[in-house]
Amino acid sequence: MRAETRERIEKLFDRYPEKRGALLPALYLAQAERGFVDREAAREVAELFDLAPVEVMEVLTFYNMFHTEPQGRHHVYVCTSLPCSLRGSRTLLRELGEHLGVGPGETTADGRISLDREECLGSCGTAPVLRVDGRYCENLDLDSARRIVDELE
Amino acid sequence: MIEAPATTSYLSEHYADEAYATLSGYEAKGGYQGLEKALGMEPAAIREAVKSSGLRGRGGAGFVAGVKWGFMPEQSDAMKLIVCNGDESEPGSFKDRLIMERGPHQVLEGILIGAWAMGAERTYIYVRGEYALSADRLERAIQELRDKGKLGRDCSGKSGFSHDIIVHRGAGAYICGEETGLLESLEGKKGQPRSKPPFPAQYGAFGLPTTVNNVETFAHVPFILDRGVDWFRGFGTEKSPGTTLFGVSGHVERPGLFEKPLGTPLGELIELAGGVRGGRALKGVGPGGLSMPILPSSDLDVGMDEESLSARGSHLGTGGIMVMDETTCMVRVACVISYFFREESCGQCTQCREGTGWLHKLSRRIEGGRGQPGDLEVLGRLPKMMEAQTICAFSDAAAWPIQGLLRHFRDDFESHLPEKSCPFGEGFEL
Ligand SMILES: Cc1cc2nc3c(=O)[nH]c(=O)nc-3n(C[C@H](O)[C@H](O)[C@H](O)COP(=O)(O)O)c2cc1C
Ligand code: SF4
Ligand code: FES
Repeated sequence: MRAETRERIEKLFDRYPEKRGALLPALYLAQAERGFVDREAAREVAELFDLAPVEVMEVLTFYNMFHTEPQGRHHVYVCTSLPCSLRGSRTLLRELGEHLGVGPGETTADGRISLDREECLGSCGTAPVLRVDGRYCENLDLDSARRIVDELE
Repeated sequence: MIEAPATTSYLSEHYADEAYATLSGYEAKGGYQGLEKALGMEPAAIREAVKSSGLRGRGGAGFVAGVKWGFMPEQSDAMKLIVCNGDESEPGSFKDRLIMERGPHQVLEGILIGAWAMGAERTYIYVRGEYALSADRLERAIQELRDKGKLGRDCSGKSGFSHDIIVHRGAGAYICGEETGLLESLEGKKGQPRSKPPFPAQYGAFGLPTTVNNVETFAHVPFILDRGVDWFRGFGTEKSPGTTLFGVSGHVERPGLFEKPLGTPLGELIELAGGVRGGRALKGVGPGGLSMPILPSSDLDVGMDEESLSARGSHLGTGGIMVMDETTCMVRVACVISYFFREESCGQCTQCREGTGWLHKLSRRIEGGRGQPGDLEVLGRLPKMMEAQTICAFSDAAAWPIQGLLRHFRDDFESHLPEKSCPFGEGFEL
């Protein structure tokens, strides 16, 4: 971890009655460096928090938005909960996968896109929906979804 | 960003106006007058007003907010906390996101009124990780308050009133919406719910006295203080006063959010959303998010409030209405629902961990035409084994919708048996 990340993490501590409260925000900061938090980084975070490394790994693996393995440069998540499914999101996910040549949970060979499914994104009124990194793309059809993924660098 | 609702009452009246998300825009529409009135009142009088307004929690369980506020210890050496639940992850629900994006100051004003009423020094707003815009809007609004001296020590011109608000982002786990799972998560742990008692008012986040309320619950509070209890009770029913933002999704012409009084008939809300798409016939409706039993089309006249819905064997939940037309295969619906619960179970309780897995396995097997004799009976029995014996209500929530499906749509399941493929070719792909 960079010294700067470490400093930013330490600044979070007093936002919580106990330092450990800052663990989730700290893991976001650690993840921002390379897109995932490996064992080594988890060990460094654990040290800052006076925790055992396994306690940090446990938290990392509990939450979907943390990754312990290298990821594609972009995440494309298609919502497949019921309201989106009713509006064809599963067909969209399959066709998008065919377009990219990967299935859910896989990354394109060029490391450009990790495709996956996700549960309700809180956008059921504008279904089907996908999330590209932190951005929501709503009211999609196959054409608009294809255009969105093709524009990703 | 989601669209402002097609109907408005008070909550969403100005949501189409971007400026309403800023302090000056909010104040221009009468914002923070509820707080001003509250700060001129004794804390006990505020708690009494919120209690007599009958405002019920909008996070799914419908507990009376003012009663909950009364559980907080009056005297406490330890710091008292408020936690605002913005984890909204219930499939079919998207109202809290709109409130945080369009009306962040409503939430903050409601929190500050609660803080004065309960003597809480600090609030954590737990925003689900995916809601980046919600978190940004709240952060910006909090900074505006801080710059104006409306947060911090002796804030809002009231000596002896100190409060700070911190936005805390979740990281993708449905179970963190359950209040004690949320508290664990806020402490930097896995979001596994705690056994109750002790309740959060005694032992909450970091062991401190804590009150947890939903985003929308807080958003109603300023209006109650500003316009009065009688005005608030002018909306909705005797037991469920006020409006809510009903989400209508699935097979309707114009899905979206509609602010209407609690008790509004289900059919009226579906009509507001343009009716069932393509003039097709209605098959079933999930009235309160994914966790609540699905109702048959004959229940369109039901009022959308807890009392009326529970009389029909379902619940209001989060008011997320999911509409399914005649092309829908209810066995596929069971597959989609049970997949969600299998993925999101925190795994602490055997009935829940194993039960959600079995519900999914059996649904898949039946859907694929591989159902075995007795599968339907097991599917019918499983939910009973999963109810009311677990640490949190998630297990019940996983069982209920499947029970509803079997109760009202048993034919769909039987027509897949034995060894038949799905008869609903037109329906959505699994
Ligand atoms: C499995 C489960 C998930 C929940 N998810 C949420 C949620 O995402 N947002 C929410 O406000 N309440 C959720 N709740 C309800 C909370 O536990 C709690 O009752 C609520 O936040 C209290 O606020 P209220 O009284 O203002 O509704 C959930 C409950 C359960 C059992
Ligand atoms: S009921 Fe399910 S989600 Fe709730 S604590 Fe038990 S295992 Fe976890
Ligand atoms: S079901 Fe896809 S956003 Fe809610």
